[in-house]
Amino acid sequence: FNRPAVLSKSKKTLSKPGVRNVVLVEGVRTPFLQAGTTYADLMAHDLARGALQGLLNRTAFPKEAVDYIVYGTVIQEVKTSNVAREAALGAGFSDKTPAHTVTMACISSNQAMTTAVGLVASGQCDAVVAGGVEFMSDVPIRHSRKMRKMMLSLNRARTLGARLSLLGSLRLSHLVPELPAVSEFSTAEMMGHSADRLAAAFGISRLDQDEFALRSHVLAKKAQDEGLLTDIVDFKVPGKDIVSKDNGIRPSTMEQMSKLKPAFIKPHGTVTAANSSYLTDGASAVLIMSEEKALAMGYKPKAYLSPTYAIPKVLERSGLTLADIDAFEFHEAFAGQVLANLTAMESDWFAQNCMGRKAKVGAPPMEKFNLWGGSLSLGHPFAATGCRLVTMVAHRLKKEGGQYGLVAACAAGGQGHAMLVEACPQ
Amino acid sequence: GSEQLQDDMMEVLNEVWGNSAVKSAVIISTKPGCFIAGANIDMIKVCKSAEEVSKLSKEGQMMFEKIEKSPIPFVAAVNGTCMGGGLEFAIACHYRVATKSKKTVMALPEVMLGLLPGAGGTQRMPKMLGLPTAFDVMLTGRSIRADKAKKMGLVHHVIDPLGPGVKDPEERLIEYLEEVAVGVAKGLAKKTVTVEKKKGLMQKVQDAVLGIPLVRNQVYKTVTQKVMKQTKGLYPAPLSIIEAVQAGVEKGPAEGYHVEAVNFGKLAMTPESRALIGLYQGQVACKKNNFGKPEREVKSLAVLGAGLMGAGIAQVTVDKGVATILKDTTTEGLARGHDQVYKGLNDKAKKKSITTFERDMTLSFLKGQLDYSGFEKVDMVIEAVFEDLSIKHKVLKEVEAVIPPHCIFASNTSALPIREIAAASKRPEKVIGMHYFSPVDKMQLLEIITTDKTSKDTTASAVAVGLKQGKVIIVVGDGPGFYTTRCLAPTLVEGIRILQEGVGPKKLDSLTTGFGFPVGVSTLIDEVGVDVAAHVAEDLGKAFGSRFGGGNVDVLKTMIQKGFKGRKSGKGCYVYSAKKKDKQVNSGTEEILKAFKLTAPPAVSGDEDVQYRLVSRFVNEAALCLQEGILADPVQGDIGAVFGLGFPPCLGGPFRFLDSFGADKLVQKMKRYEDAYGNQFTPCQLLLDYAKDPSKKFHK
Repeated sequence: FNRPAVLSKSKKTLSKPGVRNVVLVEGVRTPFLQAGTTYADLMAHDLARGALQGLLNRTAFPKEAVDYIVYGTVIQEVKTSNVAREAALGAGFSDKTPAHTVTMACISSNQAMTTAVGLVASGQCDAVVAGGVEFMSDVPIRHSRKMRKMMLSLNRARTLGARLSLLGSLRLSHLVPELPAVSEFSTAEMMGHSADRLAAAFGISRLDQDEFALRSHVLAKKAQDEGLLTDIVDFKVPGKDIVSKDNGIRPSTMEQMSKLKPAFIKPHGTVTAANSSYLTDGASAVLIMSEEKALAMGYKPKAYLSPTYAIPKVLERSGLTLADIDAFEFHEAFAGQVLANLTAMESDWFAQNCMGRKAKVGAPPMEKFNLWGGSLSLGHPFAATGCRLVTMVAHRLKKEGGQYGLVAACAAGGQGHAMLVEACPQ
Repeated sequence: GSEQLQDDMMEVLNEVWGNSAVKSAVIISTKPGCFIAGANIDMIKVCKSAEEVSKLSKEGQMMFEKIEKSPIPFVAAVNGTCMGGGLEFAIACHYRVATKSKKTVMALPEVMLGLLPGAGGTQRMPKMLGLPTAFDVMLTGRSIRADKAKKMGLVHHVIDPLGPGVKDPEERLIEYLEEVAVGVAKGLAKKTVTVEKKKGLMQKVQDAVLGIPLVRNQVYKTVTQKVMKQTKGLYPAPLSIIEAVQAGVEKGPAEGYHVEAVNFGKLAMTPESRALIGLYQGQVACKKNNFGKPEREVKSLAVLGAGLMGAGIAQVTVDKGVATILKDTTTEGLARGHDQVYKGLNDKAKKKSITTFERDMTLSFLKGQLDYSGFEKVDMVIEAVFEDLSIKHKVLKEVEAVIPPHCIFASNTSALPIREIAAASKRPEKVIGMHYFSPVDKMQLLEIITTDKTSKDTTASAVAVGLKQGKVIIVVGDGPGFYTTRCLAPTLVEGIRILQEGVGPKKLDSLTTGFGFPVGVSTLIDEVGVDVAAHVAEDLGKAFGSRFGGGNVDVLKTMIQKGFKGRKSGKGCYVYSAKKKDKQVNSGTEEILKAFKLTAPPAVSGDEDVQYRLVSRFVNEAALCLQEGILADPVQGDIGAVFGLGFPPCLGGPFRFLDSFGADKLVQKMKRYEDAYGNQFTPCQLLLDYAKDPSKKFHK
């Protein structure tokens, strides 16, 4: 494969002497569907199982060779709180393969992959499956605390009299249900509200946000039409059709988008339904291995992985600069958030006052940025997005002939994650 | 000054109105954290007559009326303090946008200065908020945050503060506020935004009910009664506010504005207003560190003793994000103290002044323990152990064995002289007194006591810590009872004598509250604790001799023997029960008083004389403290008496009281009491000096 760009890079490869190279062998995902559509009657572990089986099918990897499984999820289904284990067993993995679930808001699967990379790099494992799943068509809605307390007491009440007296204390207010928190616990703020304030703090206009969202949808549509979204594996919904395409990609017009009212901060806000990512169902999975094992088993790994938190750190640690990066894949939770992040990277004030750096990091050039669409258009099943980003950047490097890719994502709770990806020699 | 500001403002307004291209306007302040903090008090202070002040009021009224009746809409964009005249300005505008920044506070605090909102506030508020809420806002002067203001209908629109972007967040927030306000102003001009908001059912019902004159009369009557009950008629401002509101609502705006201006002028000339303004300015003065910047900032602190005081001190310290160790000798004591801090913070969370997350984060600064581990890293230790010199010496020695050399040792004692505590120290220059008042999280005062050995840097550090804790601080010299307890002791002893002379606890309470004290003397004894009162009376009696005599301390001792230790034991002068709101006099105490009965000398036992006997002993002792140099100046004396002991705020403190009442008049009264009781009422030399020359005043 011809890669003239490599000669001008500040560094030839990320591999370090004495450290095992960790590679991405394959990455897949179920189609991402808007919540409440075709997946509506499933459960989270069904989608996760679909992604795991898809990964196995595509790689023909022997199940027993998987040493560990890590899965991310955000809104937990209480019946399957360790969704990694439930999905793995359901997908026919060995019950001797341990599986755990992690949660870190929108970077949950990034964290799953980071854990996998750590397990492989430290030599504890040779092959780890990481992934993420989110199912927004059904979320746990609880009884109120008062009601739960009464029901638990009822369980312990021994006599009929005690039970009746407990039931007698039932009030209408007991029956008001508790919805899963749409706002962050510590700040009591909703994500969209926060994104709107973020956009305002960085002076990102409504027009800029709408334009960016439109770009995302247009690029996603193009990628879909050209058949570039090869990470998708078909998913058969029982009693329904086989799903093989994302269903939230809808390029609109600026005029139509400008008509929408702000969704969170009314009436002067700038974040709308059209420039935000939407509630999505979906699952993703990647196979992460040591390079030597992958090669020994006859696989052609796609990319080297090197994760940390936040972009400047990952670049400095690897001795690279932004100019060395050929493909950028950033998570697009809100157009306003992406644009605010890019503005921050371009700002000396932000670098000096908020990051303790001497000068700005610099923003990525748009011609290398999210070229196949992003979360705004493809969808954002919270915990499944991280693997989608990494697989997509690996595929882009291959398609575009680049060497280095950079993945970055933000998450509720004020956390961020970045990962460097280097194309493996073909 | 504000006058210059008014002129400039009118010039700009005329320019705006003169330009037909201007379709709407936005009023915004570029000063971070402040919209308009209100009129300059000095402008009122320099006025010589009520008429002069009324004139100022009329000028303000006219300017705001012009804005209200302006042909183009005005939008007030509020970020930061918006008080007094500032809020009156904002409500004259047609639309208000406010930021939800913690610094954005709206209030009409004039009543706290003995004044009224004199630039149309008494006229616009009732229209905007309805009579009951308007009265509440103007009669309490309380601070209103932006989100509450939105709910009340005081502002139309609120915006959230912003995080960091590509410039200073506050600077960007003001820009953003301007962008939003300009959007609203344009909308108002194009009529796409309307000022009127939809009224809820409750509001409609209230409006309908208050449309009936008979109901309104009832409202005025009820509010007046409530004011009379709370102020005992000692504060003219609330009544003047009610009068101005009533005039406007019942007789129309012309009469309303007229009464507002006239009453404003009258109030400015009252001694009550002078007293309250003096307190306000004194409070500002006592929120400054006059001892310079300490060499080291106190970043971690340890409190010894998790009792009521210790836990209270820990609470106000962690509240400001300072890591605090709370050490006690028993796990039970520690658990109780921890619960007290939690409850204090949780009450704030319940009132929504902080979130539960902020409560938890604040609590994480608190570390409870039984040993001295970690003391090698603390910058200051405040001991709040039992008031006993030998125990204080013991902990001082234990602490000095573990703390680093720079660490300050502060003693929270209400009466023990600091030099006696410091006698056990290897480093007396690092020893200081920090006398907090109970409950620590509610009482604003901190009395700091320095000995002749305390270093200036130690004092600077103690003041810095107190200021961080949000305290109003007086710094006084060392001596038995320092300043506050020394004034309190003779007053309490006189109170006991009055009880012995047959004035019942309830009557004594009503005489003291009738003079303006927020808490009556009998109730005060119960609140302080009968044992503590006995301790203080006896200790200071020993130190100062017969001048501190009067009532018999054995009354208190007998009460203690019978278990009547005050509120904490359920019985004292009164009987306390959780259920009954109206407390009953304790018959057991009445019996004790009978056993110690004294005959009241008729010449000095009328109601007024009883009041002045209490007050004159207080004031004489305060004057002695100034004479002896315990107090550095009268301002701190007034602040300490009002904020620490509840000296009547309408009198402004003992020294302000001497200025307005006349030292000569008080000396005359004291001479009569001296004839009846002896040296307890002998006026001190300073009082006599001021009595001789009526032109001498404590406050300029």
